[in-house]
Amino acid sequence: MTTSTSVAPTSTPGLPRPATRDPWWRRLLGKQPLGLGMSLPYIVFLALVMAYPLGYAVYISFFDYVFTAPGVHADHPFVGLANYRAVLSDPRVLDSFGNIAVFLVINVPLTVILSMVLASALNSLTRWTAAFRVAFYVPYVTASVSLIGVWMLMFSDDGLVNSLLGPLAPDPSWLVNSHLAMPSIALFVTWKQLGFYVLLYLAALQNVPRELYESAQVDGAGAVQRFRHITVPGVRSATLLVLVLAIITGSNLFTEPYLLTSGGGPDGASASPVLLIYQKGIQQGNPDLASAIGVILVILVGLLSLASTRLTKED
Amino acid sequence: MPRDSDSVLVDEDGTGTGQRHPARRRRARILLYVVLAIVALLFIFPFYFMAVGAFQKDPTTTLSSLAPTGRWTLSNFATINERLGLLRALANSLVFTAGVLAGTLVFGLAAGYALARLNWRGRGALFVIMLGVQMVPFQLLMIPLYVQIAGNYGLGDTYAGMILPSLINTTAVFIFRQFFRSLPESIFEAARIDGASELRVLRSIAIPMVRPAIATVVLITFIGPWNEFLWPFLITKDSSMQPLAVALANYISNVAGTVANPNGAILAGACTLAFPVVILFCLFQRYFTASDIGAGIKG
Repeated sequence: MTTSTSVAPTSTPGLPRPATRDPWWRRLLGKQPLGLGMSLPYIVFLALVMAYPLGYAVYISFFDYVFTAPGVHADHPFVGLANYRAVLSDPRVLDSFGNIAVFLVINVPLTVILSMVLASALNSLTRWTAAFRVAFYVPYVTASVSLIGVWMLMFSDDGLVNSLLGPLAPDPSWLVNSHLAMPSIALFVTWKQLGFYVLLYLAALQNVPRELYESAQVDGAGAVQRFRHITVPGVRSATLLVLVLAIITGSNLFTEPYLLTSGGGPDGASASPVLLIYQKGIQQGNPDLASAIGVILVILVGLLSLASTRLTKED
Repeated sequence: MPRDSDSVLVDEDGTGTGQRHPARRRRARILLYVVLAIVALLFIFPFYFMAVGAFQKDPTTTLSSLAPTGRWTLSNFATINERLGLLRALANSLVFTAGVLAGTLVFGLAAGYALARLNWRGRGALFVIMLGVQMVPFQLLMIPLYVQIAGNYGLGDTYAGMILPSLINTTAVFIFRQFFRSLPESIFEAARIDGASELRVLRSIAIPMVRPAIATVVLITFIGPWNEFLWPFLITKDSSMQPLAVALANYISNVAGTVANPNGAILAGACTLAFPVVILFCLFQRYFTASDIGAGIKG
């Protein structure tokens, strides 16, 4: 490569242009201000439906807040941490966090293990892969409401699952049994979301060099050893992503307890924090308490995600 | 997707230890196919159950009813249609979905292009904010958004209020950005030297080159509003405005308990909601693959 002497000094890469040659708006907005114009609708959208409500949610949680009809003025006195104290001493709220813990303990390990194994099995095959992939993600792309309708019938008292189990069928049945309601929801969500995580692992597996498997095989490593020592460490960053997404999805549980176990039943055994946010915030008109639950939930999710980062870090 | 011989769990071309046991290797591979087929059946079975039950006069849930030989009927669809106006609910779902698709394709494409190919102040900051946005759960925003959109803007029971919170899909912006970044800079330079304006470069060169990304984004964006329950459920009190997912959920939670045998009607409604998406994803499955999704999620 030879350097050309005819290159104009202004376009020499790495050297800052003399500032005086740019008009003021170019200095303020960058070389191609059109970019800002093209992104502006998206930026306004993020500010309007993300940033503003996020700040508002945190704000409400520190005030005594009630809904008013438009035009009616109501005082919203600052109450400090009173909303937080109220929700943290409410046994129903604490139970809902406990329910989510049960959910995560079942859902997250099942999701990570099953999706990793299915993806690497799929990755090792040459035929029918598209058909298998579609079969795995079809529940993911389908509406929860539809699938809940089917699961309700299959897991009802005289449903298909119980008639298959015969005398082994649980009594009371799955969705109305206070010990089995939350595990049933965890299984449903694992089944519904698994295909998406299989796709994520399939993407990660494309980056694991084929030669590693070949040389391990020459050295006499079996399938299980190759999975443990090549696949699992090779897709570590995908595992972190799957962990974090599964934790976020699980913490946001609403439709399943609302519909599948008809409002977090039996007797609150499958109530989730988001269900309580809905009940307290919209149904009972206490957006301040609802927002406090939301903020606590987000902090807990953040802590769990941080813990996942630690867990998947290389030793 | 063409794939050459892989060897994660099973050896395709006999090297190393596998070569000494070709029969064992074949058995292992057949076993793997059988196991995967069983798992795939578990995933598909509820759809079969749904489709068969929707056309049965009185769907029961015993084993013998899984392969019915007669008594096919359309009456379940008539029943659910009477209760919730199936066509009206489908039309509401379509308007909701079309609005989000239009917003994402127009504004998301523009933002993705600006993030990938233009040099402007704030570009890096916007990208960091986008990464953060994916971590904020919608459920935290639900209460203030409800106050804001139903209260302040007075958009309760309107399509605009339904569409607004999901108008631009951030995952789609990530995917567009990724695709635009992968195009070679030389094409853009050539067009600019020929005197094409930035907007013309986008319209005549960049957009035609990212058609596969548009297909992927349409698929990913479609399932959001079409399947969404919580937000349209909050924002619509008027049943004639409710999308199908909300109308069906209301039928399941309120009406089903009061009629004699609601199973057939529930399954008919579930089919109507599920199968448009299932068919769409089967037809266009090649645009919904590992690499497309990976690009969107990892940014």
